[in-house]
Amino acid sequence: MTDPLKTAVETLLEPSGLERTDIDGLLARMMSHQLDYADLYFQYSRHEAWSLEDGAVKSGSRSTDQGVGVRAISGEKTGFAYSDEFQLPVLTQAANAARAIAQAGDDATQAVNRQSNAGTALYTSADPLASLEEKSKIKLLEKVEAEARQQDPRVSQVMASLAGSHEVMLVARHDGSLVADVRPLVRLNVTVIVESEGRREQGSAGGGGRFGYNWFMEAERAEEFARDAVRQALISLEATDSPAGTMTVVLGPGWPGILLHEAIGHGLEGDFNRKQTSAFSGRVGEQVASTQCTVVDDGTLPDRRGSLSVDDEGTPTASTVLIENGILKGYMQDTLNARLMGVNTTGNGRRESYAHLPMPRMTNTYMLAGEYDPGEVIESVSNGLYAVNFGGGQVDITSGKFVFSASEAYLIENGKVTTPVKGATLIGNGPDVLTRVSMVGNDLALDTGVGTCGKEGQSVPVGVGQPTLKIDSLTVGGVEV
Amino acid sequence: MNKSIEPVAPASSRLDPSDLGSVVEMTLAEATRQGASGAEAAAALSQGLSVNVRMGELETVEHTRDRGLIITVYFEQRTGSASTSDYSPTSVKDTVQAACRIAEYTEADSCNGLADPDRLATDFPNLDLFHPWNPSVDDACDMALECEQTAMDHDRRIENSEGASVSSHEGHEVYATTSGFWGESRQTRHGLSCSVIGRDDSGMQRDYWFSSSRQAAQLDKPDIVGLEAARRTVRRLDARKIDTCQVPVLFEAPVASSLISHFVGAISGGALYRKASFLLDQVGQQIFPDFVQIYEQPLLKCAMGSAAYDSEGVTTSANNVITDGVLQRYLLGSYSARRLGLETTGNAGGIHNLTAASGDQDLTDLISGLEKGLLVTELIGFGVNMVTGDYSRGAAGFWIENGQIQYPVDEVTIAGNLKEIFSGLCAIGKDVDTRHNIRCGSILIDGLTVAGN
Repeated sequence: MTDPLKTAVETLLEPSGLERTDIDGLLARMMSHQLDYADLYFQYSRHEAWSLEDGAVKSGSRSTDQGVGVRAISGEKTGFAYSDEFQLPVLTQAANAARAIAQAGDDATQAVNRQSNAGTALYTSADPLASLEEKSKIKLLEKVEAEARQQDPRVSQVMASLAGSHEVMLVARHDGSLVADVRPLVRLNVTVIVESEGRREQGSAGGGGRFGYNWFMEAERAEEFARDAVRQALISLEATDSPAGTMTVVLGPGWPGILLHEAIGHGLEGDFNRKQTSAFSGRVGEQVASTQCTVVDDGTLPDRRGSLSVDDEGTPTASTVLIENGILKGYMQDTLNARLMGVNTTGNGRRESYAHLPMPRMTNTYMLAGEYDPGEVIESVSNGLYAVNFGGGQVDITSGKFVFSASEAYLIENGKVTTPVKGATLIGNGPDVLTRVSMVGNDLALDTGVGTCGKEGQSVPVGVGQPTLKIDSLTVGGVEV
Repeated sequence: MNKSIEPVAPASSRLDPSDLGSVVEMTLAEATRQGASGAEAAAALSQGLSVNVRMGELETVEHTRDRGLIITVYFEQRTGSASTSDYSPTSVKDTVQAACRIAEYTEADSCNGLADPDRLATDFPNLDLFHPWNPSVDDACDMALECEQTAMDHDRRIENSEGASVSSHEGHEVYATTSGFWGESRQTRHGLSCSVIGRDDSGMQRDYWFSSSRQAAQLDKPDIVGLEAARRTVRRLDARKIDTCQVPVLFEAPVASSLISHFVGAISGGALYRKASFLLDQVGQQIFPDFVQIYEQPLLKCAMGSAAYDSEGVTTSANNVITDGVLQRYLLGSYSARRLGLETTGNAGGIHNLTAASGDQDLTDLISGLEKGLLVTELIGFGVNMVTGDYSRGAAGFWIENGQIQYPVDEVTIAGNLKEIFSGLCAIGKDVDTRHNIRCGSILIDGLTVAGN
């Protein structure tokens, strides 16, 4: 594997003739003001997308972007400027603009810590865009469409897309550290529409992660996404209106872990807790979940969509225990919030791009397996809802109220999964939903690599996971009273 | 507080919009040189400042500065596109090459191609969208501080804040095609927002307010924005969950526009030709009750969604979308129009000030007319299925009984089907929210399922 630092220097600095001494000079220039922290974030990214509809790949796009974000922090204040040009005079202006957040001081000398750790490489540094011939990318999408069509004659539309990105980043901090990462990311998505007796429904499936496109061709993964999308759409054709009201809800394993992301994950991000705007503020050490619940945020899982070898501040990612046996253990931190709260960063400082400020963000958030067989969990419910697939979710950090919308759900009647019901939105209160978890399954699964999290206008790829969970009461937003 | 002491972002670091035309020219020439039978290119730049304060102190100062170039090439009926942020001749050449390379692999589609030349805009009225402001960091900071302070002082239960912010941005764009269209546009957008947190024995609630305008002088004053943010936060304290029921639901104007945006999604070309809409083949059909009129106002001066031409250079249209509740037309660009065997409606890239005509009642009148109902002031989640129209979203708001607001409500969902929601629309208020591209007042729907206890 090639050294990410070497790749980053070649990609980001050499074409503009920037030397490490130039970077040291810029940081020293910034630190001549009364700053606690400064960094330069260099980034180059290349992205492509191919899409198929009506049985043919008729459109594709490619984009490249590059730039430098310049950040200065003094106390709780942050100054930020960025540029898509790498020339020294432009960077000097950006540095001047950012450092203006604090007054000039008289101590311009900085300790130079020539540390260049790269963390442990968790994924390949090969460019995924080059991992497959263009013709094979198109063939892959055509195969997905053929597989979907041959499942059932009621399939009327198949839309499939393949996207990949190759990103090189280099972060230089005021303490002299210089850390780089080369990040691949691919994604395949398929949506089908089925039609029967005038009724139309859709189903979607997909996945991906930090590797090349070949992953989709192994173990029939692409075909499996196509089959799953059709299966979901056909089930929706049979679905009746969802009940409305508060009831027992069993969530399936894997992607339903979006519950954890919305209900507790965001509320445990360091920025909200430093500002005490989260419903979880000041609650470390308290019981916030049933004793069966242990939840972690783990950025160190190889090849996962939500993983990073180092975060966007150059800190190696970690596995952070958020809740252990029901007790709140700690928050996810970036350097700014960790310093202000007097704790260590947890490697959760992430940003959408050089043009955005880092903040504490999740990586892969999941609940550890419990002891129950999933069949046993369902058998224990006399009347309730079994929800196995979801669309998106959202949370109000301050009130703690969260929602997430089911795309595949069934009634549970007398311990058996029965009629499929139409998508209902589930709503609850973050700080108490996990206290109502009465059974945790032994079937922990992570999602297939489809999650994108939005916060303050910035999107980052994330992962979620969980075993089968039984929640004794949750409000189901159906229409049947 | 500790204010900045040196001038920020020297003028020389600002991007020069006069480069855009030559970049577009160079891009189209390069596309032709590389053999494209047609091409379109757009070069855009935006720059600005955002200043946030929190708890009486400056928190972040962000200088933004973005450029982009996007090229779409056609080789007869095959197409490809590419984009870059680098305007250098080498980068332009590489970007055109990337687009051409994609077109080598994509399949021909007879619906691909530039817009019909007869439909391209030739008249470019001044829409009064460009009013640079360039506030200093200190001035922006002072405004934001005043805004937040007004909110914090309003009520003793307001004890925390997510802050207040002032932003000012300007954008320039040149869009041209090899068929001879050349359009230059520029616009500014300024904003002032505030979000505060109240607490009582029941817990915390947050709400916010913002003002947004093309012209700084038209922004609401900082104390007005701060006061409204505070008022909205305090009134949410001690919210309860209600019992599951079916009642009339009144969507306050700032959230009512989301219902119209679902309607926009359902009559947009992409959803129609993919048959991924619950409003297929509905032109000429009654969608809303007969008092409803919905139309675009693309040439409205100084408004958020104004444009003389769409993203393909086609003249925008002020034609009605809904007349007396009946659907008059879809929202189409050239590609989706050709797919449907119709003409473009000048909606490539979206709508332009889509407006729902108001009745004569304001929000208070609408509330006082309700024996029982739910006033919704916030919606969360994405529970809208555009194929079936099934709708189920998280909501917060107020319980109404005997024409009066009784108490705040949260942790409930509202659910129904959008087709029935549209046909069950009872009133559109005159309290029009003009901050968005969709302009409408509060909307009353006759009955939805509210799920709670």
